[in-house]
Amino acid sequence: MNTLHTSPHTNFTNSVTRMMLLVIAAMIPAMIAYVWFFGWGILINAVLCIATALSCEIAMLKLRHRPVMPFITDFSALVTALLIAFALPPILPWWLPVLATSFAIIIAKHLYGGLGYNPFNPAMAGYVVLLIAFPKQMTAWLPANSNQPFTMTFTENLRYNFFGELPSNTSYDLLTQATPLDVVEVQTGLGLSIEQIESSFTQFSGYFGVGWDWVSLMFLLGGLFLISKRVITWQIPVAMIATLAVLSSIAYLLDQQTNPDPLFHVLGGATMIGAFFIATDPITASTTPRGRIYYGIGIGVITYVIRTWGNYPDGVAFGVLLMNIAVPTIDYYSQPKVFGHANKDMD
Amino acid sequence: MRKLFSFHGGIVLDGHKRMSLQEPIITADIPEQLVHAVHQHIGEPAYPIVEVGDTILTGQMIAQAEGYISAPVHAGSSGTVVAIEERSIAHPSGMQGLCIVIETDGKDQWIEISDEIEDYKRMDPSYLRNLVRDAGIVGLGGAGFPSFIKLNPGARSSIDTLILNGAECEPYISCDAALLIDGARDIIDGLLIMRHALQAKQCLVGIEDNKPESIKAFEAALTSQEKTIIEVITIPTLYPAGSEKQLIKTLTGISLAAKQLPIHHGIVCHNVGTAAAVGHAIRKKRPLISRIVTVTGDAVDRPGNYDVRLGTPMINLLHQAELQSYKMERLVMGGPMMGFEINDTDSPVLKTTNCLLTITEEQLPQNTHAMPCIRCGECNHVCPANLLPQQLYWHARARDLEKTQSYNLFDCIECGCCTYVCPSHIPLVQYYRFAKTEIWAQELDKKKSDHARERHEFNLYRTERKKLEKEQARRKKQEQLKNSQKDEVAAALARVNSKKAQAEEKDNRE
Repeated sequence: MNTLHTSPHTNFTNSVTRMMLLVIAAMIPAMIAYVWFFGWGILINAVLCIATALSCEIAMLKLRHRPVMPFITDFSALVTALLIAFALPPILPWWLPVLATSFAIIIAKHLYGGLGYNPFNPAMAGYVVLLIAFPKQMTAWLPANSNQPFTMTFTENLRYNFFGELPSNTSYDLLTQATPLDVVEVQTGLGLSIEQIESSFTQFSGYFGVGWDWVSLMFLLGGLFLISKRVITWQIPVAMIATLAVLSSIAYLLDQQTNPDPLFHVLGGATMIGAFFIATDPITASTTPRGRIYYGIGIGVITYVIRTWGNYPDGVAFGVLLMNIAVPTIDYYSQPKVFGHANKDMD
Repeated sequence: MRKLFSFHGGIVLDGHKRMSLQEPIITADIPEQLVHAVHQHIGEPAYPIVEVGDTILTGQMIAQAEGYISAPVHAGSSGTVVAIEERSIAHPSGMQGLCIVIETDGKDQWIEISDEIEDYKRMDPSYLRNLVRDAGIVGLGGAGFPSFIKLNPGARSSIDTLILNGAECEPYISCDAALLIDGARDIIDGLLIMRHALQAKQCLVGIEDNKPESIKAFEAALTSQEKTIIEVITIPTLYPAGSEKQLIKTLTGISLAAKQLPIHHGIVCHNVGTAAAVGHAIRKKRPLISRIVTVTGDAVDRPGNYDVRLGTPMINLLHQAELQSYKMERLVMGGPMMGFEINDTDSPVLKTTNCLLTITEEQLPQNTHAMPCIRCGECNHVCPANLLPQQLYWHARARDLEKTQSYNLFDCIECGCCTYVCPSHIPLVQYYRFAKTEIWAQELDKKKSDHARERHEFNLYRTERKKLEKEQARRKKQEQLKNSQKDEVAAALARVNSKKAQAEEKDNRE
């Protein structure tokens, strides 16, 4: 007798590939804004990350005796590669993106069992390796506000990333600039007030005057697009951003001298990409509706704490990784109420 | 407007109903052979009461109900019994079942039926239930539960709400939609009879809003007096709104848990087709020998709703619907979401056959390779029981059956929403069916082993008891023996003493 098929007898409407492609599509506006404000560096990094991710993915699938085609065409490695590229400064020795991506795909993803089985967000794991091991290179951001039209041409950027050669008549220190979050972190530590910082550092020129806010805004747009397409759900981004906003508002109301305003936190650093593109990685995030809110709150709190009192200017990556550990517990305690189980006494 | 309630999850699906609603209900031909399965309902199979060679009339009972939860089977047309044997029947596992095969004589001669019209309102509800039972009526929505049981208010003197399910939420199926148009009178008759049997306070008819013609036709068929008793309610089209628990929630706001029955809340729910059959059985005194079957899908050129004699081989029906067999990749009984595949097209139409869906190659899943779960939670989002399908999947896969139950596996209604939305194309429902079957098997094993253990323990106890009894008997005997010995000694002593005394007396006298 032939095998019987079981219901449902329908074609599929969704696929992992479709979801990943939508995520990639949602990153495009941010990518354009990024290139506009920070130059070609991100594209160089993205190419490096993608090449590394795909090679590592194929190699690991072969080593693990898994079919290559279905897994390479799910495009999850591509998403990881792009997220790492977004997290890295535009001018960076070529082997750092390669190192981060290899770590992400080989160790954080495949050694844990590949797609669907990794407890930690691979992109953030790869990024944090660089953040801890190569702190100096990781602060080498270009000044966003003075970068359009580009201060570094594509070849200049390429030459630096591959051969460490800077354009003539400039130096590393002249070229690079700390990120706004970094400035606040360092300068408030030195005793400067927010007002003094904003007036004396070129990173600050009001909202949407500098590149950071625009990139964040593009991530927000991309995120809303993903929610509308049901690729991600609203709980994590809303909980994370709201937590950051509430905590920074309280601090701001208590002391405006040392605490930047809430909008700075919400639009600054990795908040938007983190809330919509990183924390929402389904594999490593909480999966219950209520759990996702707790998960988002957790990331928001950790991010705020690290930004305010920690050693690192931003805390999104750590927030995500730390909350990844808590996911099984959160999921267990946030199970939704099953249909009809409210009136158990009727049993 | 009545306030409606929403249930969690659900999905909006393309109805594809218009396809089979092009023309009114078509009366299907009576085939040369009718194959009557004795098990077409939930409960005990019916017991054949005819023999090979018997001449049978249309509507004659050929198998009688066995036990309480059972239903009789009646001949679909007049003819001769040619075989009583195992045949392929429609079953999810593709197994065979005992069937009574009748070669029809083409006369379709009915058993004698008296023309006397009895007023159901003067009938005793229990008498009414017996009539329904003898007519072989079971739930025609697809479950096949004997209907007379659900016409018994039980410990209650009356029930609050009688719901007629005309939601028909599965795509492609339109037999209820067609019946609401062409057989509205029968449905209303049946509903009023059911209402009388249950002494129901209110009657609600729930119909999904993607069937405006059915709603209009049914409402038009109601007399103004009936309108005061029967309320037609349009509910939003959202699969699985026609599932009993979801429909009850939508109409009344009451959520029933896995083990709860609607009657616990004073609610009884019947399908519209069942109501029509009840109307027929009581008013026209005809047992259930036919039903409306939707024959549809892209492999038939004349999709539609057919009034089919039960026992008609599916292939006959498919041919009447002009089947293009080269196009048909899969035949499904029921809808695409919950139906099951039929591997033998000679299988007969059963009381529970609501739809024959022909599926072409293009409509089947293209890529059957399942990817790992990416924990996206879409399954949870659409689950009408608000379960965590993904967690159930992990535990079912790991065969951790205890965990699956702690995640409320048995609340799963197997609607297929989770599988439908899964981006990784994991056959989730199949995992749940597997886990459920494993648990049932385990429970059966446990029951058996419990039984064996009890017997063994009783045996031990009995041997022990016997031993004790023996011991006791022995002791008693010994004691008796001892006592009797004592007595003998005492008697001997007494004798000796008396002799002594006598001797002494003698001495003294001397």
